[in-house]
Amino acid sequence: MHSDLSIRLRQNFGFLTAVVLFSVVYLLYHVAHPKGFSSAVLVQNANEVFTLAMVSMAQTVPVLMGGLDLSVGALMTMVDCFASYLLVGAAGGTPLAIDLFGLHIALGTMPGGPSGIMLGIVICLAIGTLGGLLNGIVVVYGRIQPIIATLATGAIYIGIALFLRPQPGGKIDEDLNWALTNALGDFASTVHIFDDGAAPWFAPFAGVPTAFVLLALIALVVWVPFRRSVAGRTIYAIGSAEGAAFMSGLAVDRAKIIAFTLGGFLAGCGGVFLAIQTASGNADIPQAGAYTLNSIASVVIGGTSLLGGTGGAIGSIFGTLILRVISFFFRVFDIAPLLQPLFEGMILLAAVSIGALRMLRVRNTLESFR
Amino acid sequence: MPGATEGEFLALSGISKRYGGVRALENVDFACGRGLIHAVLGENGAGKSTLIKVVAGVVPPDSGVIKLEGVAQRFSSPAAATAAGVVCVFQELSLIPDLSVADNISLSAPPKRFGLIDARAQRRRAEELLAEVGCEDVNPLLRVHDLPLSRRQMVEIAKAIGRRPKLLILDEATSALTSADVEKVYALLARLKAANVAILYISHRMHEVEALADRASVFRNGRHIETFDKGARTTAEIVQLMIGRDISTQYPSKPERPRPAAALRIENLCWDNRLQSISLDVGAGEIVGLGGLDGQGQKMLLLALFGVLRGVTGTTTVNGRAVRLASPRHSKSRDISIALIPEDRKTEGLMLPMSITDNLAIASLGNLLSGPFVDQGKERRAVDAGIARLSIRVGNKTDAVSTLSGGNQQKVVIAKWLMTQPRIILLNDPTRGIDVGTKQELYRLMRELADQGAAILFYSTDYDELIGCCDRVAIMYDGRIVRELAGVDLNETNIIASSLNIDTAAQAVASASATAHA
Repeated sequence: MHSDLSIRLRQNFGFLTAVVLFSVVYLLYHVAHPKGFSSAVLVQNANEVFTLAMVSMAQTVPVLMGGLDLSVGALMTMVDCFASYLLVGAAGGTPLAIDLFGLHIALGTMPGGPSGIMLGIVICLAIGTLGGLLNGIVVVYGRIQPIIATLATGAIYIGIALFLRPQPGGKIDEDLNWALTNALGDFASTVHIFDDGAAPWFAPFAGVPTAFVLLALIALVVWVPFRRSVAGRTIYAIGSAEGAAFMSGLAVDRAKIIAFTLGGFLAGCGGVFLAIQTASGNADIPQAGAYTLNSIASVVIGGTSLLGGTGGAIGSIFGTLILRVISFFFRVFDIAPLLQPLFEGMILLAAVSIGALRMLRVRNTLESFR
Repeated sequence: MPGATEGEFLALSGISKRYGGVRALENVDFACGRGLIHAVLGENGAGKSTLIKVVAGVVPPDSGVIKLEGVAQRFSSPAAATAAGVVCVFQELSLIPDLSVADNISLSAPPKRFGLIDARAQRRRAEELLAEVGCEDVNPLLRVHDLPLSRRQMVEIAKAIGRRPKLLILDEATSALTSADVEKVYALLARLKAANVAILYISHRMHEVEALADRASVFRNGRHIETFDKGARTTAEIVQLMIGRDISTQYPSKPERPRPAAALRIENLCWDNRLQSISLDVGAGEIVGLGGLDGQGQKMLLLALFGVLRGVTGTTTVNGRAVRLASPRHSKSRDISIALIPEDRKTEGLMLPMSITDNLAIASLGNLLSGPFVDQGKERRAVDAGIARLSIRVGNKTDAVSTLSGGNQQKVVIAKWLMTQPRIILLNDPTRGIDVGTKQELYRLMRELADQGAAILFYSTDYDELIGCCDRVAIMYDGRIVRELAGVDLNETNIIASSLNIDTAAQAVASASATAHA
């Protein structure tokens, strides 16, 4: 009948298109770039990709269920603002307090040093996860469509972010910033491993961007196991045929909550990194909106159907890569910044159209509605 | 017989269930035991589906007790019922279209390794279970939506078997199957029976029930009418119990007249290697059947004639004029007037959340306008006429069409298309999963429409139906018409022989298989 390989190729058409497209445009970019194929360019690109990649992965999970999460950008921004308080890393600790209705409430001291920073990261990720959990609870127990539920919770998250950071500010530990936003060699020398990064075996990896490694690690440690868990499969089943999933005795409600919670965690990862990268916190409302919309674009370019049921977060990473490489091109070719949205929009439209190309081959027009 | 329910594997007593004002089950006592195939019979809305849903934990009963092996149960979800060994193969398939066959078969309890789904073990399991149901030709990696309906139903059965049920419920589980698959399912059920599984079997195919069931229960209007052992009742008596009225002839008589002029003529129609050089005439006033094994191109031919397929070659002539059918909209336009009653009413026939009125009027809105707006009065009159013509049992016309029973939904689909006043009517297996009474109404309606001058092309997976209803039957095999049967040649032996593309010299084989089928 059909060989396994041909079945797999056909089933991953969207994802494979994204991978090929990215490989081509990124190669062109490096050829065109005066400092192409250098570690410095790779590092810069990886840093610019990481946060959106996380937010896109976060968006992928509800999209697979056939929903949209409009709060991912806001949740990421909220975590970013929290991080600008919790990742200061000052020796002797950072005192934390809330000023509310004229009251000054002291919340104790955030410890400094590496262990304090680790604790801060854990708290930030927990906040993101909690935000996602709240989304899930509202959707499942409130019986509200994800798009509406997250429109509301997103406003709440932005509100909290604004409360935390009415103006951009805050501080991030400098070593943390240095270690995570450069190449692996810099990471090793900052945290004093592999002979401060001078170990001979380590040399080939020293130029690899840390953000890229983190991204791959999260994809591998979080997404891949999730994809192969019952909860993960249930999410695909919900997006594909929710009634059938329920009738098959799957834990539909639990899977939905897990999906949004996982999304919250991933958005939190993005928020922490953005804070580290910018060494500050910023409750930037337009930026939060842009992240949400770009995350949807990345998911679609990455081969995930907005109807749910097919695709995956790895595809969304490639979607993000494609989206970002497009804006990298503007710098190389020195296109006026005012024209960027126009070009971005056209290229986005073209990229998404590639996914629709196979519709031309559909000879039974009824299939185009499935 | 409440006393008899003691000691049975499954025992229901005093079960009632209402949906709004409709009583779906009324004080039902029912029991079934292990190692038996127990058929549940009844018309549309007799309460069979609700009975199954109650047993399978899909809906809770309003009152009454369900006992499993003597222990009272209250299933909160299908998962709870499955855990207790009650597994259901639903009429509306419970497969996830975007997941692979292997994923679907092990959907809720996949084999695991290190806490994660073990894809290899899952695939092996799928292969074993598919082999068990006799469906080895399906690659477990394929997504379910890439399979034809008949294969999906086999996968659904494999999935159910994989849960090692103590009570297996099959709800119209063979309605989309080919005869060969049906034989496999029979063999499988016999094995399960020998393994002491309790089997509840719901089917509208009387010969299936006769062949399989050790015991049968008849339901009518939400009540349990009678339970009897195999052979205790004749088919006529059973039908009588089910519908509560006498049915003298099952099929309306066919008029004796010369073959009319063709309203629809197809010549050398080809599409995508799946339809090969098809030539066929359908006359005004004629019912022409399409037969053969499932998936031999019959559905594709109907889709081609409704303008759904691209790249169709050959000539199609409607009322003497050559036409190139570009889309369903084009096909239903006034000068062509083709209607297609689609195969899957849930996705192609109805907009389930929309009202009964909206669904009925949707295809003929063009006839119901006053200026640019839909005329409420015209719409109401047209809808009422449609409801009356097919005697659709409707409570409130503004209710969502999804609230109707399967047979009534199918009537809505048919009424909707009759409201466009088609001259050529294509029917794609319209009696799948509907009850005997509605089927007979449908047969009468088809003959009536033909007598009024409509040309009808009727695809059915049921041989009896083709023989009983059609003036002629074209048998398809591998994308081509292999034989046209009419008059005395139109019998089960010939249909089966042609379906298997056995030439008539091999009559002996054919009649042997016909006997096996009956």
